[in-house]
Amino acid sequence: MSRVRVASEMRPWPTGPTGLPRLLRGSREEAVSFAAHLDTYGPSGVAGSRDLLAAIGEAGVRGRGGAGFPTVTKMQAVARGRGPKVIVANGCEGEPASAKDRTLMRESPHLVLDGIAMAANAVGAEKAFVAVERTRPASAEALGAAIDDRARFGEDPLPIQVVSVPGRYVAGEESALVHWINGGDAKPTTVPPRPFERGVGGRPTLVQNVETLAHVALIGRFGPEWFRTLGSDDEPGSALVTAAGAVARPGVCEIAIGTRVGDLFDAAGGPESELGAVLVGGYFGTWVPIADALDVQLSNAALRSVGASLGCGVVAALPLSACPLAETARVLRYLAEETAGQCGPCVFGLASVAEDMSALARGDAGRTIVEDLQRRSRVISRRGACHHPDGAIRFLRSALGAFPEEIGLHQHGRCRATSAKPILPIPHGPARELAWR
Amino acid sequence: MTIHLRLDPIACDGHGICAELFLEGIELDEWGYPIVSTTPIQARHLEHARRAVFACPKVALSLVDDS
Ligand SMILES: Cc1cc2nc3c(=O)[nH]c(=O)nc-3n(C[C@H](O)[C@H](O)[C@H](O)COP(=O)(O)O)c2cc1C
Ligand code: SF4
Repeated sequence: MSRVRVASEMRPWPTGPTGLPRLLRGSREEAVSFAAHLDTYGPSGVAGSRDLLAAIGEAGVRGRGGAGFPTVTKMQAVARGRGPKVIVANGCEGEPASAKDRTLMRESPHLVLDGIAMAANAVGAEKAFVAVERTRPASAEALGAAIDDRARFGEDPLPIQVVSVPGRYVAGEESALVHWINGGDAKPTTVPPRPFERGVGGRPTLVQNVETLAHVALIGRFGPEWFRTLGSDDEPGSALVTAAGAVARPGVCEIAIGTRVGDLFDAAGGPESELGAVLVGGYFGTWVPIADALDVQLSNAALRSVGASLGCGVVAALPLSACPLAETARVLRYLAEETAGQCGPCVFGLASVAEDMSALARGDAGRTIVEDLQRRSRVISRRGACHHPDGAIRFLRSALGAFPEEIGLHQHGRCRATSAKPILPIPHGPARELAWR
Repeated sequence: MTIHLRLDPIACDGHGICAELFLEGIELDEWGYPIVSTTPIQARHLEHARRAVFACPKVALSLVDDS
């Protein structure tokens, strides 16, 4: 075994593509055939003898589903478990403003599937699932067609099944996904055991965001050194981000980690009007006042200086004309409604702070509103079975920190906003599911 | 020997008996749900903690031995 590894380390990696894009090289219009995928990226070499875990570790790739956890650490934990393993590729993308996962699954489904095959090789998995929201059938269709296409080439070493999950924010949480695949409601379960210990069918299960797996597909092809030619030492590689809100061309963009927020907005056509703040990291993310926002780099190291992190990669521009407290109140109410209804502090706590925040935004909150919100935030945090309440509270507290002047005005019944048009999207109609089954 | 309490927040329905039996380590929030101290339980409080664990009608509390 070890002799094979030495030999594989000596064999040079093929040359990878330079610059950007890395992941989104397919057509924006039509489905990419497996043959076209091979033309673009070359063979995956999944059957080769390289030590994939070592390569993923050296590459230093981190999870792209929100928490930024080192991928190799999770893979090693799963690999150490007993018996055959299971892989769940998480393509749920419950974040209303995010479009990066579905864009990836539609434009480069084969990269996600290559990544599954490589991860399976690395951890010893015999079965894999790709989970997508059933409110977005296009993702399931693209993946299904790609799986069929590859079957003719005998490409995948393990069966990969597409599963459609209720389109609810919390359904994409890893224990909820495992529970759903095991036949339960798409609600989180009590941990431990965590999925890497006991997941699908009781097996050690690797849950990984689809973008993370697409990066793994390229690391397995071109090696860790190539991966590190973009980004920083600590946070290497490229990232898919969604520029949202008041920019001329909102949408998904592949950036080198460390790109300035202002440069991302320029790539998205530039701000449509004067901006007041930027929300970084989606609805579990952080409001950053505009004075700090445009020059900050999109890496966790740089974002830490403004209290933020990359999260799910949503970067939303809030125009000066909008009321940041009204935006916060609407999102918070949505997150409260999206509770799985299982844990008291999540059910009652989020409902209560959402109501308080709405009162503040309307201008009819009491004098103690900020202290009340701070106190309840402390009481709610870290008391749910999953991190849903923690994410919502983080978002709320960032608003309390970023908008002291607006809060003061609203406490006197005033508001500077000149437009009531909502900026941050809240799913409704067929995109909003209320079922858990 | 260090022992602490673990609460299963999904199982818990806010019955509240635990806070009466183990005042030293559990208080109730404004919605009636227990806030459980995560620090190790002092030996002299262990008996109260045990009573709370066995009184919970939802079996949501357990003692975890971290030693
Ligand atoms: C409430 C909640 C919702 C989540 N929704 C998603 C989701 O839609 N997609 C996703 O990839 N991860 C989601 N996550 C994170 C997953 O639990 C998990 O950490 C992730 O899929 C792991 O993949 P990664 O390490 O590649 O990022 C969610 C987490 C929480 C707490
Ligand atoms: S914390 Fe909220 S979303 Fe998470 S399991 Fe408990 S009730 Fe469900």
